[in-house]
Amino acid sequence: MEYEIKSQSKITVGFAELWQFRELFYFFTWRDIKVKYKQTVLGFVWAILQPFLMMLIFSVFFGKALKVPSDNVPYPVFVFSGLLLWTVFSSGVSNAGNSMVSNANIIKKIYFPRLIIPFSSILVSLFDFLMALVVFVGILIYYQTNIDYTRMIIFLPCGLLIAIISTFGIGTFLAALNIKYRDFRYVIPFLIQVLMFLTPVIYPISILPKLWMKYIIAINPMYAAIELFRNGIIKKPLDLNLILISLFSAVLFLLIGVLYFRKTEAYFADLA
Amino acid sequence: MKPILEIQNISKRFRIKHESQPYLSIRDAICSMFKSKTTDEEFYALKHVSFNVFPGESIGIIGKNGAGKSTLLKILSKITPPTSGKIISRGRIASLLEVGTGFHAELSGRENIFLNGSILGMKRREIQNKFDEIVDFSGVEKFLDTPLKHFSSGMQLRLAFAVAAFLENEILIIDEVLAVGDAEFQKKCMGKMDEVSNSGRTILFVSHNMGAIAQLCKKGVLLAEGKTSIISDMHQVIDKYLDSNIKSSRDLNRKHLTKWKNKNQFVELQMINSEGHYVNEFKHNEKYFVQVKLYLPEYNPSLELAISLYDRSKNRIFTIHEPLSKFKMSNEEIIVKIMFPSNFLTPGNYSWLMCINHPGIIIQDIQDDICEFIIVDNGSQFYNYQAGSYGSVFVNYEIESIY
Repeated sequence: MEYEIKSQSKITVGFAELWQFRELFYFFTWRDIKVKYKQTVLGFVWAILQPFLMMLIFSVFFGKALKVPSDNVPYPVFVFSGLLLWTVFSSGVSNAGNSMVSNANIIKKIYFPRLIIPFSSILVSLFDFLMALVVFVGILIYYQTNIDYTRMIIFLPCGLLIAIISTFGIGTFLAALNIKYRDFRYVIPFLIQVLMFLTPVIYPISILPKLWMKYIIAINPMYAAIELFRNGIIKKPLDLNLILISLFSAVLFLLIGVLYFRKTEAYFADLA
Repeated sequence: MKPILEIQNISKRFRIKHESQPYLSIRDAICSMFKSKTTDEEFYALKHVSFNVFPGESIGIIGKNGAGKSTLLKILSKITPPTSGKIISRGRIASLLEVGTGFHAELSGRENIFLNGSILGMKRREIQNKFDEIVDFSGVEKFLDTPLKHFSSGMQLRLAFAVAAFLENEILIIDEVLAVGDAEFQKKCMGKMDEVSNSGRTILFVSHNMGAIAQLCKKGVLLAEGKTSIISDMHQVIDKYLDSNIKSSRDLNRKHLTKWKNKNQFVELQMINSEGHYVNEFKHNEKYFVQVKLYLPEYNPSLELAISLYDRSKNRIFTIHEPLSKFKMSNEEIIVKIMFPSNFLTPGNYSWLMCINHPGIIIQDIQDDICEFIIVDNGSQFYNYQAGSYGSVFVNYEIESIY
């Protein structure tokens, strides 16, 4: 085995190296999950409790009080299906965005492909997603929702995959920016809050009166993720144009995020 | 045989911004777009460093603070890229720039072994296979399932070193790992490192502990201001390094004292090495001299010169009494030089107590705790007891077996 250490020449994703260090994905994720619920009385219940409480609050204010339409399913089912993926995105982006800075002590002392760090923090959010999915099944049963299983098996993973792509793209981009410009520490929570209202999580996109508004929403990569995910539960026509715009934006963010991350990663240790 | 590491013309440049924070903010980035270029100072941490390392060699890298040792290790461990030049490596490199990288306070000892091991590049199965050995070496079996935050710092360190000790990479890069821990554990670590280097693996070792580095490494590299100053046999490199220190501390130790009229007193006190330089650092295996100048307007033949040596904890090691009548006097002054043999004081810090004494009557002048000097370990039997106490003198003894 012979290799060279020199200053960077071209930017690649470095799949071979990621594969070589694959066990680290597991260890970082495992560490974060363990640490997250250490010294808590409720432990993993928190992963379920958070989206569940959010759902209750939204159902009371938006479903009952404001009577937001919900595509012919009970509002709690509607909003929880959105919140499931939204939580993956919001916690994933904020964890990934801060991951490089919070792991600075490791980055400065040891080498491994840096992409493992933001990716592992997204895997932690996926773990929470799986826990919350159990609650979702409970809610579906409670409201006796009619489910077309083939539809579900096709659309749920599609939605999840797009959510992961979006989260990873934006998360790595912010992680790399954050290590250079610490301003992003403050930008990230604000960004997530704003994006929540620009994503049809608590309302269906059909309530938007003008077409151009829908197109603006579609630039948000999470639009496609949530829309497809919901399609596994709710039968309704999909606006393919909007979905494609959103998909394109998800892939674009992934490319920008990963390539920018790879371009700057060599100097992380000097900047952290 | 091909070298396992070829370090070719490595340079590393840093830009020093004089007033800004260590990291950027967008505001700064935007502002600087409009401002004329700020005067960044360029600083080379390493300049055209080249050397080869052959399989099985253990190389010691020494140099003063800021000489570029850590930067070189960081480049070798791929943590930061070189600005120019390249390194060709023909083996897996494991770097221990710090023990216990990635240790998490909330996780248990067991969990941390796995986490740290995998961060260092071990496979999970590898860690499982060696788990018992690691635990055994660390000596913290009882606390394996306790969160690390309840470990003493010593225990954390033992655990961390134990994991690192079982790495099987062909090239090991070690930075000052042994600077901590109690004497017993340090000895254990040195033993393990000896074993590692004897097993045919390649070690790059950075340390300020000359004794340890002299014992462990055959070949040495001396870095000075980012350049390789000498690459040679370890003992030669250490000698050169210590000599360069001596030059910068020359004259530090000359103690000129004010002269009072009509009072017997010390005028000059100094320590000299065998080449006649005034220094305050001596290798344990070289001779050293004390030179004392006395001004004696009230000379009396029964006066005595008394000298005592203190160790670093202020214990008196010995005292010398010499009647002044033994010495030649000119111009009311006496100059004497006392030689102490090599291999006499053990490595450490020492200082003197000197007085002019009229025995049983009066002390005429006393200078306490002066002419402090250091005995530097140049590979003595005490190299791995830096923190421990082993007394102040080397002793000549004979030992034989009776049965």
